[in-house]
Amino acid sequence: MRELHVRTVTDAVRDMAIKANTELGQDVIDAFHRALEQEASPIAKEILLRLIENAAIAKKERLPICQDTGMAVVFATLGQDLHIVGGSLTAAINEGIRLGYQDGYLRKSLCHAITRKNTGDNSPAVIHYDIEAGDRCKIIVAPKGFGSENMSRVTMLAPSEGLDGVKKFLLERVKKAGPNSCAPITVGVGIGGTLEHAALIAKQALLRPLGSTNPDPELAKLENDWNNEINLLGIGPQGLGGRTTSLGVHINTAACHIASISLAVNLQCHASRHKEILL
Amino acid sequence: MNERFVLTTPLEDASLEELHIGDRVLIRGIIYSARDAAHQRLVQLIADNQPLPVDINGQIMYYMGPSPAKPGQAIGAAGPTSSYRMDAYTPALLAKGLKGMIGKGARDSKIKNALREYKAVYFAAIGGAGALISKCILNAEVVAYPDLGTEALRRLTVKDFPVFVANDMYGGDLYEQGIKEYARKALSD
Repeated sequence: MRELHVRTVTDAVRDMAIKANTELGQDVIDAFHRALEQEASPIAKEILLRLIENAAIAKKERLPICQDTGMAVVFATLGQDLHIVGGSLTAAINEGIRLGYQDGYLRKSLCHAITRKNTGDNSPAVIHYDIEAGDRCKIIVAPKGFGSENMSRVTMLAPSEGLDGVKKFLLERVKKAGPNSCAPITVGVGIGGTLEHAALIAKQALLRPLGSTNPDPELAKLENDWNNEINLLGIGPQGLGGRTTSLGVHINTAACHIASISLAVNLQCHASRHKEILL
Repeated sequence: MNERFVLTTPLEDASLEELHIGDRVLIRGIIYSARDAAHQRLVQLIADNQPLPVDINGQIMYYMGPSPAKPGQAIGAAGPTSSYRMDAYTPALLAKGLKGMIGKGARDSKIKNALREYKAVYFAAIGGAGALISKCILNAEVVAYPDLGTEALRRLTVKDFPVFVANDMYGGDLYEQGIKEYARKALSD
């Protein structure tokens, strides 16, 4: 059986935490450039240009793109034929987060739920495990800023509300989030499953590269239609008005219970950060 | 509309009176940074009739908690946080002479009224441009609440910190105006 030492996991998580926070994905930068071409508002254009400049400075100087270097969300997919050796996988991932946030001069933004005392090292990470066939381990580190996380919501709609109800909730959520979600945003939508599953698949939808097309043609059409409707709201970059509120709507679905349409809308600010590795 | 200004702190009423929403302003001088936890403590001091750790008369409060500075740098990434979370604390500070705030996102109507009453201005910086904004901060020192870490009260020396006037002292709101101008369709409700 193939073995993977936890030390390798810790090193990889550490490096990804730093890289994710300092190097904005090319898909996001490309989306800024596309937005620039169609923006009419001078303020919106200026903001987009400054965001492109910000990403370049962050990469060059290894500075965080945004001071909110987030709560560390980690997706770990383990091959069932892989044997983790040397200790606990969860402890190894958390150690990687601790080291990454310390060595990368990243902000420690986690605190105790009741006392509000800072945990001091940005651990623990929120870790989602999955198991699949094979003997590899895929790890994604996705730091999530809370300006946009605070604006995200889950709801349970009645089946009678249908797709119109989903669209209405989505548009209202983006409208209410307004300038606080640090637009231009990516809109992760999870439809189906239980309360927590809808939220999880909405967050996973944010990992899809911007500009990519949903492989399901029906969902691809909804993504395009809803993205256009969001961009008619006029919120614009930073909520100061403009045509670019959303850089993309990404939908994930799961089976619904016959009694419900579970729906999660997870908003992602323009600092859409994630890195992955296959070990 | 949409003029360009350079403001040096401490701020005076005369220069703030010239500002209108949409104006671009470069800020120079000393400003202070604080976010939720430090605001809670400042407002508690005011409620208890205790002196504040710094004189905020004529000053600007920047809603920001930086990432740690690397060796040789003044500060880490230093972009604004969402201002609505400070709405509950802001009127008490304006009553103590605070003249400006820098943050991101819209303020509630109570703040807009308070800006009118106290002749103060709310500026919007670009959220998420933390690396870029750090270049305008020449010096940073913790002046109170070091136990709060990133949330401590800091004194910053800034040079040409670029902001937009989001709420002026005349009731103007750049968020409302900007969105109205570009909304091509209202929600059905």
